[in-house]
Amino acid sequence: MTTTLQAFLIVSAGLFSIGLLAALSRRHAIFILIGIELMLAAANLNFIAFWRFAPQPHQPTGVMFAIFSIAISAAEAAIGLAMVIAVYRHYHTTNVDQFDQLKG
Amino acid sequence: MSSAAFVIIAIFTLAAALAAATLQKLMHAALSFAVALVGLAAFFFLLGAEFVGLALVFIYIGAVAVLIVFTILLTRRDVGKNRGFNWAGVLIALAVFGGLTWSILKTQSLSILAPHIRALTVKRIGEALMTGYVWPLQCVGVLLTAALIGALILVMEEKR
Amino acid sequence: MLSVSKGMSRWVMHYLCLIPAVPFAASLIILSLPNARRGSAAALAVTGQVAALALSVLAFLPTLQTNGFRAVQNFTWFAFGDNALRIGFVLDPLAAAMALMISLVGLCIFVFSIGYMAEDKNFVRFFAYLSFFSGAMLGVVIANSLLLLFIFWELVGLASYLLIGFWIERPSAAAAAKKAFITTRIGDMGFFLGILWLYNRSGTLLFYDSGKGCLESAGLAMLGASATFIALLIFFGAVGKSGQFPLHVWLPDAMEGPTPVSALIHAATMVAAGVFLLARVYPLFSLGAVNGVTSSLTVVVWIGVTTALMAALIAIAQADIKRILAYSTVSQLGLMMVSLGVGGVAAGIMHLLAHGFFKALLFLGSGSVIHGCHGEQDIRNMGGLRRFMPVTFVTYAIGMMALSGFPLLFSGGWTKEEILHDIGHWPPSRAPYYLMLAGVVLTALYMTRQIIYVFLGKPRAVAEHAHESARVMTMPLIVLALGAILLSVVLTPAWPWLYAYLSGESVHFEIARLIQPMLFVSLVLVSAGIGVGFWMYRKAGMQDGDRPSEIDPLEYAQPALFRFLANKMWVDELYAHTVIAFSWMAARLSDWLDRYFWDGLVRGFGAIGQLFATFTTGVDERGINAGADETTVAARGLGRLMSAAHSGQIQVYLGVIAIGMLALLLLYAWLA
Repeated sequence: MTTTLQAFLIVSAGLFSIGLLAALSRRHAIFILIGIELMLAAANLNFIAFWRFAPQPHQPTGVMFAIFSIAISAAEAAIGLAMVIAVYRHYHTTNVDQFDQLKG
Repeated sequence: MSSAAFVIIAIFTLAAALAAATLQKLMHAALSFAVALVGLAAFFFLLGAEFVGLALVFIYIGAVAVLIVFTILLTRRDVGKNRGFNWAGVLIALAVFGGLTWSILKTQSLSILAPHIRALTVKRIGEALMTGYVWPLQCVGVLLTAALIGALILVMEEKR
Repeated sequence: MLSVSKGMSRWVMHYLCLIPAVPFAASLIILSLPNARRGSAAALAVTGQVAALALSVLAFLPTLQTNGFRAVQNFTWFAFGDNALRIGFVLDPLAAAMALMISLVGLCIFVFSIGYMAEDKNFVRFFAYLSFFSGAMLGVVIANSLLLLFIFWELVGLASYLLIGFWIERPSAAAAAKKAFITTRIGDMGFFLGILWLYNRSGTLLFYDSGKGCLESAGLAMLGASATFIALLIFFGAVGKSGQFPLHVWLPDAMEGPTPVSALIHAATMVAAGVFLLARVYPLFSLGAVNGVTSSLTVVVWIGVTTALMAALIAIAQADIKRILAYSTVSQLGLMMVSLGVGGVAAGIMHLLAHGFFKALLFLGSGSVIHGCHGEQDIRNMGGLRRFMPVTFVTYAIGMMALSGFPLLFSGGWTKEEILHDIGHWPPSRAPYYLMLAGVVLTALYMTRQIIYVFLGKPRAVAEHAHESARVMTMPLIVLALGAILLSVVLTPAWPWLYAYLSGESVHFEIARLIQPMLFVSLVLVSAGIGVGFWMYRKAGMQDGDRPSEIDPLEYAQPALFRFLANKMWVDELYAHTVIAFSWMAARLSDWLDRYFWDGLVRGFGAIGQLFATFTTGVDERGINAGADETTVAARGLGRLMSAAHSGQIQVYLGVIAIGMLALLLLYAWLA
């Protein structure tokens, strides 16, 4: 038996849900970042899987998307971690449930 | 592609990711995250996108994971306090997983096998990046530069 | 050699859009300059114009090689459904000659402006607007799509509005800018309706599209009987832009703008856009012509005749040096319209090109006079300026002779004779011919009057302190004056190169054709006009002392007629008492209705409501109040609940987003 596209998509869905779990449940800001990175990784897996299972076009579009997505999430990680440090310096905590400046 | 390899990699990746999301100690979680990304890279190899897999290893495990570890060390004084766990998040995550799986399985057009393809060489990727995708490439370069500068400004000591 | 020129022609076609793009770019850069960078602004504007001129020359060269050269560069702007909206650029003798004239005259005017506007505090903004105008105008002439032409046409109108109202602190300038904008908008409304109708019938707005364009046989065939109405609607746009009767009222008022603006926009280029437009879409007008006559062309002829005569008459009784020239422009544009209407497209465009030179010359000359007289514009306060301003005088006289159409030496004479020749052969009626001959006499008359008042006689009032303008202002005058004379070389019937170039024929030199009957007719008429002028105004300006408000000889002889003409035939008053009064009445009526009728109705309802309220108060206080209190308490509780949702906790927000996404996913999967 060989693997179908659905199997990859379900693994990707699992990865996404685990990322969401981390982003929603953990109190530490770095966990939230890890969760977001996991969700992005799941998206990248989807890009590659759809590219691999589609009829091949002239240009490797899915691969290109994944490459740019990785570059952008690297930028996002850099900014996110810098923000964690800045926030830590300001509040002396990295516990997100203590940041409620957005409160309405 | 063989299903045995797929199952092994899938279990490995998901387990590592779950560990990254749930482990109590932050340092352990960060290392599990790196391991989960190794599993993802293995998926990319399996799917014939070797270049992306290597890029993932270099960028994520070489840079992002190390960056996370550094941040943990820099904010160390905070570690060890009581960490709450929000069970509502588990429910939502499970519901999303269920919804996604249900809709993926329901869509029949997705149960297809991989066609045979021409190997994707780095040369082709390079050509594509330098021709059709040259503008996005430049934009990403600008974005990364901006992110670099922005990160530096964010972590600069506030002047009082 | 041939391959080289072919390559160059392809290059020019490819970069045709640069001709308007360069001045546009210059304008944008100048706009971003600070107010103090006057030198850079002027240098940029002039550089942009020189570049446009160079490109126009390059574009001109390939059109010389073959008769009836035409190249187009079309591309898709955007697609909606199955239809793609295509625009493009065209290079043919008409476009090339217009672009050359606009960039050359424009360059002269740019240089002149450096001197004329030297004292102005908004010098930088002025050059930004001028460059903007130049780009838009060049865009009009090379557009190969009625839509693209319309876009540039409106940009030209915007530039005109900005430049007429340039001295915004003067209420009269602001009013004139608004008047010009609104009046031309009325015409543009018709133009736009024409475009929509044309698109509806033919499905394309491209002029030339290798046989499928709306001016080519296949496109024209689809129009049928509606062509007449489409042509008239488009002509309505041209009427507004070119100041034709009945929409001519804005052009004389537009003289509130700085004089270089009047020269560039309201004499040489923009107002000629209407004539150009007609020449460009001429196949629409001549579709189904019998003997060269169609109903739409007949309308053009009679509008042109009315405008030309009316404006020439009004010009005789004006006292403002620029207003006289403005009415003269209106009159000359009318003449061009007549020429196009009777089928003399090439003659009309030739006159347009020649007129561009000598009218810009006259306006710049008047600018030099105004500058020399420290802002005075009333010709009755001038006089004797030939001694103080010799260069201006000589160049102005050349412009005057060209405008009057003096034969043999001046460009205007040749083109005017060509037009009269065409009008004389119009089958339906001889009346336009005789009326236009009268127009020639009138033109010579009012120009003679102006010359006598401004340059001859004794100095009056301000004229004693007049001085010649700086070199930067006289040089453009000399260049334009040379242009007004030297252009004759390609206009004479002996070697009618320009005529052949525009109508795509080959040209032969034949000296015998130089002498035509029209030459003598013209000579007699122009001499008559000038002679009558000298006789009538022989005493004007001869009086001693400063008597600014001396009586005009015509006013002395025919006071009623003079008043009629001096008040511009009361067209403005007519509009004030009809169209504007009607709008005013409608506004007053609406106001009254609003105040008394609708307001009364509302008040009536209000009274009923009040009555009802009195009744319900009783019910309310006893029965409902208690219930309302309960509701309030409940609402407060709900509000507290909602407020709790805005916890400021990003994780809660993220969770809500995830739930929302899940809901969307389920909805989508369920619907699929």
